[in-house]
Amino acid sequence: MRVRTLEQLRALEHELRATRDRKPCVRVCGGTGCRARGSEDVLGRFRAVLESEGLADAVEVKFTGCHGFCERGPLVSLAPQEVFYQGVEVDDVPAIVTQTLARGAVIERLLAQDPITGKRVRQEQEIPFYRRQQRIVLRFNGVIDPTDIREYIALGGYRALGDVLTHRTPEEVIEIIERSGLRGRGGAGFPTGKKWRLARAAPGSIKYVICNGDEGDPGAFMDRSLLEGNPHGVIEGMIIGAYAVGATRGIIYVREEYPLAVRTLQIALAQAREYGFLGEAIFDSAFSFDIEIVRGAGAFVAGEETALIAAVEGRVSEPRQRPPYPVQRGVWGHPTVINNVETWANVPIILERGPEWFARLGTATSKGTKIFSLVGKVANTGLVEIPMGMTLRELVEEIGGGALPQREIKAVQIGGPSGGCLPKALFDLPIDYESLTEAGAMMGSGGLIVMDDRTCMVDVARYFMDFLRDESCGKCLPCREGTQRMYELLTAMCEGRATDADLDLLEELAQVVKETSLCGLGQTAPNPVLTTLRYFRSEYEAHIRQKRCPAGVCKALIRYVINAERCTGCVACVQPCPQHAISGQLKQPHVIDQERCIKCGICHEVCQFGAVEIV
Amino acid sequence: MTKLRVNGIEVEIEEGASLLEAAQHLGIEIPTLCFHPGLSAYGACRLCVVELGDGRLVSACTYPAQEGLRVRTHSPRVMRARRMLIELLLSICPSSKRLQDLAAEHQVERVRFAVRDERCILCGLCVRMCAEQMMARAIGFVNRGYRRRITTPFDLRSEVCRRCGGCLYICPVCEARCQGVEAPSAVCGSCMTPAPTCPPVYEDLACYMGAAGECGTCVGGPRTLDSHSPTVAGRRVRV
Repeated sequence: MRVRTLEQLRALEHELRATRDRKPCVRVCGGTGCRARGSEDVLGRFRAVLESEGLADAVEVKFTGCHGFCERGPLVSLAPQEVFYQGVEVDDVPAIVTQTLARGAVIERLLAQDPITGKRVRQEQEIPFYRRQQRIVLRFNGVIDPTDIREYIALGGYRALGDVLTHRTPEEVIEIIERSGLRGRGGAGFPTGKKWRLARAAPGSIKYVICNGDEGDPGAFMDRSLLEGNPHGVIEGMIIGAYAVGATRGIIYVREEYPLAVRTLQIALAQAREYGFLGEAIFDSAFSFDIEIVRGAGAFVAGEETALIAAVEGRVSEPRQRPPYPVQRGVWGHPTVINNVETWANVPIILERGPEWFARLGTATSKGTKIFSLVGKVANTGLVEIPMGMTLRELVEEIGGGALPQREIKAVQIGGPSGGCLPKALFDLPIDYESLTEAGAMMGSGGLIVMDDRTCMVDVARYFMDFLRDESCGKCLPCREGTQRMYELLTAMCEGRATDADLDLLEELAQVVKETSLCGLGQTAPNPVLTTLRYFRSEYEAHIRQKRCPAGVCKALIRYVINAERCTGCVACVQPCPQHAISGQLKQPHVIDQERCIKCGICHEVCQFGAVEIV
Repeated sequence: MTKLRVNGIEVEIEEGASLLEAAQHLGIEIPTLCFHPGLSAYGACRLCVVELGDGRLVSACTYPAQEGLRVRTHSPRVMRARRMLIELLLSICPSSKRLQDLAAEHQVERVRFAVRDERCILCGLCVRMCAEQMMARAIGFVNRGYRRRITTPFDLRSEVCRRCGGCLYICPVCEARCQGVEAPSAVCGSCMTPAPTCPPVYEDLACYMGAAGECGTCVGGPRTLDSHSPTVAGRRVRV
């Protein structure tokens, strides 16, 4: 069915919402984290149990996008009961059907627990993890079935597009986006409205809009979750953007490593065409536009916009000089607007709720919300969306639930390999573009890795440099050779071979790589080194001068020894040792043979008495 | 015409020119390595970095001259960056005369990194020479990051390589040249073999030495093709 007018869309929305509200609904999280924990089996079991109970037609069961609370998956939410269950196993399904669905009785043990009060809570919003969040871009994640466009329409989807094409000129749309203060969510924070205006002003009858879905930071899954959970939000944003800049073609560049996102997008694009939101004369206006998917072959550097253009054109993804910027000369030489997935997803919301509403969220210069993937040594990992300006402390301690048991949080790495490590002393820093950049990190696309006292900052810098020396395209000398040399210097430090002169050299080199590299990858590559040097210099000095790793991580600098006073002689560590390096009789203190020990740390993990010490 | 200032001197240069050209127009020398006037600018070695008014360092060979731009070609930051870049280059290719000269000019007196003798700095001149001047595209980059190198497809001797030697001619650090008579090399190495380097498919194009046959090493010497000449892959060739 093709939607031709705004009135038709409203009627359809009304009708779909009425049918939607009539049936009880089981929403099983189909995000990657929950799927890994077996949510596909849970979904299958729900269908089977409902079938056998004769409720198959009365209750709707569906997969939704990522709910965000990945730590506690698989997640299931029930409507209209508004009950949120976590850690649902296949065997819990019959009880949920017979008790909650049939009788409205809540199963206590499946409810989430408030970590402070210990109270079981019934709804998502009551859990501290969700309470402090402001889920605007993620509002439909966990609510709608991403493979069914009708669900998106029922909740007001494509209304903003219909309104724009019926009532607004492209200039008005650009002005609205400018007034909202929206800035690019890909990392650099360029004002979106300004970018669009430049592209609109650029001469040429063929223009492109591109959605940059080449999310490659270790531990980041924001864009993936959006594409998997609410693809139409991104598509609608792109259509509006295309109308504003006068583009006729759209491209979604998404990683081949995201097969679920690709599949969801393919379905969504086909459905959008079927309903007439893509194709010729959209909403019976003079505006025609379509989107194709280009799958990336997995290079981190392809997220850099000029490298992305090269990849779209079928060349090796290597960056080139800017200017000319893509808004001047982009894909095949045509003006091109490239925005990140999350930026596009913000667009329909701004048009629907108004730029003033959006501009009230966040800080003076950073408006709206930001999605982060919260990972690392923190109690609650998952996908979170917070208003700009929230402090790191609130994000890590309140939403993230603080450190793991008996540990202490030391730092966060914000912005992925291009970002920086910020110490606990800076946790009162508000999360906005300027504050983070000033502190030596960056917003980045939203990766946030929490580190505790068991994380060695020299080792972290080395890890990121290992990632970057491989992901550098290798075109320009400072990035290719600089990341390799920084990696070598950091390795020497971790192995206790470095001198004070190496530390100076590392700092000098990092500065030159930052200043002289060709593209954003190289220019930000030294950030992990520079920020750890700035905030954790004493750890570097301990590695170099005392040949000691304070966090007990760098294998060359530590030894595992058994404290004879604490050892009860339980032999629990003897058998797991892959090197058979631990000897000792039952009820006698054990000894580790240092010659054989490979420092794998298994004995340290298994000891119940804290007798295996790292020295 | 575009008007800008280089080291405080006003210069007017045609639209689309690079900062390097603007500086050269004034007679200001900026060191280059991956740049060649006969090839497209690539911006890979970064030796030609200059400082803009806003404090950014950009490569002069690729950055377009823009109205009102202020450029410093030898500021302390630029010089410090160049010295570090030269040190990095020397650590990969210590035996190169060209790099040693650059080091001497810039007072780079020591290499603090562990030296690797790789004989290729991946400046890409040979790749561009092959593609843009010799129209062959016989060689290219493979892999990325620290594994990046230059070779033929699948490391096999390329069918499109005419052994013109253009890659050897333009190489600033002599990688392809230093392989010796016996050393097998996918890139070339054939300059060391006593047989003439040019195969008989030159006609009158694309010999970097000058006019086809001028150097006397072509098989059969320069000869006009006629209707009696045999064909190879659809083209008339000399015998």
